[in-house]
Amino acid sequence: MQQKTHVEAAENKQEIVITRQFNLPVELLFKAYVEKDLLAQWMGTKVIKLDSHNHGSYIFETTDPMGNIHRFNGTIHDIEVNQKITRTFEMENTSFPVQLEFLIFESMETNASKLTIKIIYKSVEDRDKMLKLPFAYGINMAHNRLEGLFNQQN
Amino acid sequence: MNLRRDVFQALADPTRRAILLLLATQSMTAGAIAANFDSSRPTVSKHLQILTECELLRQEQQGREVHYHFNPQKMKEVADFIEPFRQMWDQRFDALESVMQNYQTNN
Repeated sequence: MQQKTHVEAAENKQEIVITRQFNLPVELLFKAYVEKDLLAQWMGTKVIKLDSHNHGSYIFETTDPMGNIHRFNGTIHDIEVNQKITRTFEMENTSFPVQLEFLIFESMETNASKLTIKIIYKSVEDRDKMLKLPFAYGINMAHNRLEGLFNQQN
Repeated sequence: MNLRRDVFQALADPTRRAILLLLATQSMTAGAIAANFDSSRPTVSKHLQILTECELLRQEQQGREVHYHFNPQKMKEVADFIEPFRQMWDQRFDALESVMQNYQTNN
């Protein structure tokens, strides 16, 4: 089966490239990134602020199952409608440094589009740490759940 | 529940890892697998069910018996630490696609 989302992470580089094709016209794909309500829906996050223009910025906020609040913010450096967004991304109150993101929107055949996100990290180590985060999260979730079961039994 | 992420949760359990190790070289019935563990038969069955649901094991009917096989393809996918990162983005983009397709229909 062909995978829809592709992640390219060459060894010893401080960048990754994420690509994905959508069954959507490029206008709608782009809209999903610049309209507050739509972005909140698919990201599953609260959008506190989203100024989608050159020198604009954004703040997202999520609450995890433990009730902890996590905030993310960034500056929108450059935006070209239906073509590109250049922005920064930062997780507040973590050891992860800010990252630079280049989003390229392309129209494919009718009603199809392609998104390419190139992310540049501060160092190779920071990139690898970020790549491993969902893996570590999956394992931690499992351990927490097992620990919970164990505590119930005792 | 998120089945894809559950592959990693399945692997985080020591009994389930032991089951996979046992089946790496041979296929076995649930009874034969259970005989290798101190856990009760229903507990082992539950582990087998979880491993089968996330495709780390495959079931094969042989006459009246069900044999469990290890699925190395799935394990290879999981061994790649980037895979959960890719899946996270894949799910996020799936959500984007369905939100925007609904938006397109309703506008």
